[in-house]
Amino acid sequence: MTNHWVDLKNADVFMINGSNAAENHPAAMTWINKAKDERGAKLIVVDPRFTRSASQAELYVPIRSGTDIAFFGGMIKYLIDKNLYHKEYVVHYTNAATLLDPQFKGPADLDGLFSGFVDDDKDGFGVYERGTWKYQMDSAGSPVRDETLRNPQSVFQVMKRHYARYTLEKVSRITGCPQNKLEEAYKLFGSTGAPEKTGTILYAMGQTQHTVGSQNVRALSMVQLLLGNIGRPGGGVNALRGESNVQGSTDQGVLAHYVTGYVGIPKAAQNPTLAAYIENETPKASYWSNKPKFIVSMLKAWWGEHATAENQFAYDYLPKVENPADHYWISLFESMYAGKIEGLWLMGQNPAVAGPNSRLEREALKKLKWMVAQDIVDTETCSFWRAPGVKSSEVQTEVFILPAADAMEKEGSIATSGRLIQWRPKVAEAPGEALPDHQILNRVVLKLKELYASAPGPFSAPILHLKWDYGATLDVEKVAKEINGYAVEDVKDPKGEILVKKGDLLKTFGVLQDNGTTACGTWIYAGYFAPADDGTGTMMPATKRRGQKDPGGLGMYPYWAFAWPVNRRIIYNRCSADPNGKPWAEDKKLIWWDEAEKKWTGYDVPDFVVTKAPSDPGGKDPFIMHVDGKGGLFAALNEGPFPEHYEPVETPVEKNPFSSRLHNPVIKIWKTDAGKNIGDNWGKLSEFPIVATTYRVVEHWQAGGMSRWLDWLTECQPEMFIEMSKELAKEKGIQNGDRVKVRSARGEIQAVAVVTGRFKPFQIEGKTVHEIGMPWHFGWGGLAKGDIANDLTPHVGDANTTIPEYKAFLVDVKKA
Amino acid sequence: MDFTRRHFLKYSGLTAGAILLPSSMAASTEKIRGFPLHKPIKEAATICPYCSCGCGLLISKGPDGHILNAEGDPDNPQNRGALDPKSLSVRQLSQSPLRLKKPLYRAPGSDRFVEKDWDWMIAEVAKRIKTTRDTTFQKTNAKGVTVNRTPGMAFLGGAANNNEECYLASKLARALGLVYVEHQARI
Repeated sequence: MTNHWVDLKNADVFMINGSNAAENHPAAMTWINKAKDERGAKLIVVDPRFTRSASQAELYVPIRSGTDIAFFGGMIKYLIDKNLYHKEYVVHYTNAATLLDPQFKGPADLDGLFSGFVDDDKDGFGVYERGTWKYQMDSAGSPVRDETLRNPQSVFQVMKRHYARYTLEKVSRITGCPQNKLEEAYKLFGSTGAPEKTGTILYAMGQTQHTVGSQNVRALSMVQLLLGNIGRPGGGVNALRGESNVQGSTDQGVLAHYVTGYVGIPKAAQNPTLAAYIENETPKASYWSNKPKFIVSMLKAWWGEHATAENQFAYDYLPKVENPADHYWISLFESMYAGKIEGLWLMGQNPAVAGPNSRLEREALKKLKWMVAQDIVDTETCSFWRAPGVKSSEVQTEVFILPAADAMEKEGSIATSGRLIQWRPKVAEAPGEALPDHQILNRVVLKLKELYASAPGPFSAPILHLKWDYGATLDVEKVAKEINGYAVEDVKDPKGEILVKKGDLLKTFGVLQDNGTTACGTWIYAGYFAPADDGTGTMMPATKRRGQKDPGGLGMYPYWAFAWPVNRRIIYNRCSADPNGKPWAEDKKLIWWDEAEKKWTGYDVPDFVVTKAPSDPGGKDPFIMHVDGKGGLFAALNEGPFPEHYEPVETPVEKNPFSSRLHNPVIKIWKTDAGKNIGDNWGKLSEFPIVATTYRVVEHWQAGGMSRWLDWLTECQPEMFIEMSKELAKEKGIQNGDRVKVRSARGEIQAVAVVTGRFKPFQIEGKTVHEIGMPWHFGWGGLAKGDIANDLTPHVGDANTTIPEYKAFLVDVKKA
Repeated sequence: MDFTRRHFLKYSGLTAGAILLPSSMAASTEKIRGFPLHKPIKEAATICPYCSCGCGLLISKGPDGHILNAEGDPDNPQNRGALDPKSLSVRQLSQSPLRLKKPLYRAPGSDRFVEKDWDWMIAEVAKRIKTTRDTTFQKTNAKGVTVNRTPGMAFLGGAANNNEECYLASKLARALGLVYVEHQARI
């Protein structure tokens, strides 16, 4: 989230797209309802299903799964046509005024493609050469701008031409949403383009789990930029993250493409040395120009005295990859399926239920030599070798199950979706011999160090030299201090004044150095464990604070815990003031320029150079992580710099009304064992005419390890079900409560039919299209059992992140 | 609000009691003596382990260290005391008879788990990791560039873990040269 949960109370209009917050993020509704009750705020819910969130909405907008870009594209056209966008914000804070290279062409010119498409093997899928996707630069090397927005090569005009094709009529035909509902939504959310108003967009996996997932998010971000809603109270682009600490696990770099704090994993070809890494990966402008300080300080935290200027701060100890995407989830399981991975170590994850095409992923597990799982219960993954229908004697994988403590039974911090890092003390004893995951990791590392000391393997230095001094029983606060960062030597400013004394914790990443005098595990967390005032004068680690003060009354609560970065509650908050530094609206006054004091001040930590005046060069460039300081209406992803509608890989539509490109042209289509019982199989419309989607319910949790084993929650929601419309049920002769079979090209499952008015058939391109939905929590284990929804879902991912297309695929359904 | 929630409950409880009691008894409310709990209860504030709202929980636990009750923490600005059914179930999460209590080992081809002690498990797991790392380790790639990586092993998980655990996992995985490091956030 750019903003945070409590800030929702400041919004005038909410639009929830691809999230069922009322069930899956219930606390959100506290603040949404407060805004509705106290300030007359309105809620729009856009979803293929009439969810519990929709039941709370002033306006429900049904769209077919997989058509969000059409929906947002239509909105962008409407906002421009009706002049509803926030002009002053758009001109000054976005790249709307920047001129594009005349060589750049888009789908309106090239039938669904951008300039630079290369399809080597002529299979219809390829990659882009991005040479033409660029700004016009002046002789000084700055982007050329036309703040009248009239130049036909301005981002604004090119974007306007791009979305001119997204007419209400066409959008209605492809989404299945009646034109009047679309228009009502566009108009209502468009009302937040008024300078004194703000609107927020809340989204979750309904936006991201598509082959165009990243572009869906781009599209909604563009809407927010056009309406001037980013960086302001009650605004923002708000991803409602799933698990309790998926924000934190992402921050800590448990992902293939970066180490900690979003610092990229070194690539072998480009970055064989630290010098090359710094040269190639550090932008000349933006806050990322400090990247050398981030990576060197991390290397110091990891390898301590063994990381020196002479050995490139132990840069060789980090693995180098050819292409990070080769190691993402779907590729990982394809490699495992191909027998290329022999060992798997799991810490609290259940891919046997959660992975896409989960029959294929469970088959991949059988090819492992060994698997270690740290978990709290015997999940389907722990016991994949004795799944229904599997002969244990044929599975040669050695399995090690390490009983883990749950969250109540250990201490440590977690980050909310709003980047708020809160500390959890240990409040209960773990059962039996179960141990906290950090103690398990500690014991394994201490044993590994022992093994490598007695019998070194190839290049054992990274393990022998690894700084791992947390004690025989690990001291969590010691780890927290390392993540936070500390001074290895006295840190001095250019005048020789001491900024941080040797051994002291860092209060901000602003003092990080690239010469080895600071160590910092995760730069964005700098300050979270440093001593801070809780608002009453009492000092304590910032993350443990429980201060109640709320200056300004906007719900920022700066003395409660710690939000990264630097306790900032709303990021890009320079946008909360107008170009001259004055708040856009008195009741949404967050930070402002104090002319007398010559600095930015207010109720939040300014996301800007505090002494840079609005009249200074760059004083109106609020997006400090971007090289040009502007919000990107034009911004390149792998599919191109503007979102364009493409259909899901499995679609009920034979022709894309916007171009002759049916699918995202840069996705990877896997064909492993195609045609076999288990494999990367793709469904034909003639055989699988029904759209299916997956979701969650409030009573269960993800793949079920934390809910399906509990009897209270099992009583609430005991088994797997499939929701379908009354119209489809009638066509298929299915009654509410019947057992039904649902089949896709990957597998077949059975469940109870829930015949409901929550789904309605869509009219798509002149024909009736049915959509059904199902929760994906269930599996054969635990108390609340059921078939695995992901046995149906496809092994295909978004072109940028490769997040699987769980939210739109084809099935057929019949009575069991 | 100077009034804490605890005060509020105390006063509202008394009021409700007074309303429910027959008028003759209402006057005697003052005389009701405290009911001594038969065991000392400790209360501590923490954060819900389910979704990413970060709701505050108040946990009451008995002298054996086990959770007796969970309720919303009214001081936490995220939720101000409100909770969903999963948060309320953390007592069961901690005390389910189905929780894993001992390390378990399943041999190749076996149809069962057998209980093992921690020392044996840690030693065997470390051996597997070392063997796989050492036998699949790549010092250089096809072009001779130093890559120091371990393609034969993968690490998954972390979204339900604390930051400090995720950090340790990240640090350890990379020190082992792992390139297949993924978790819930990808899917």
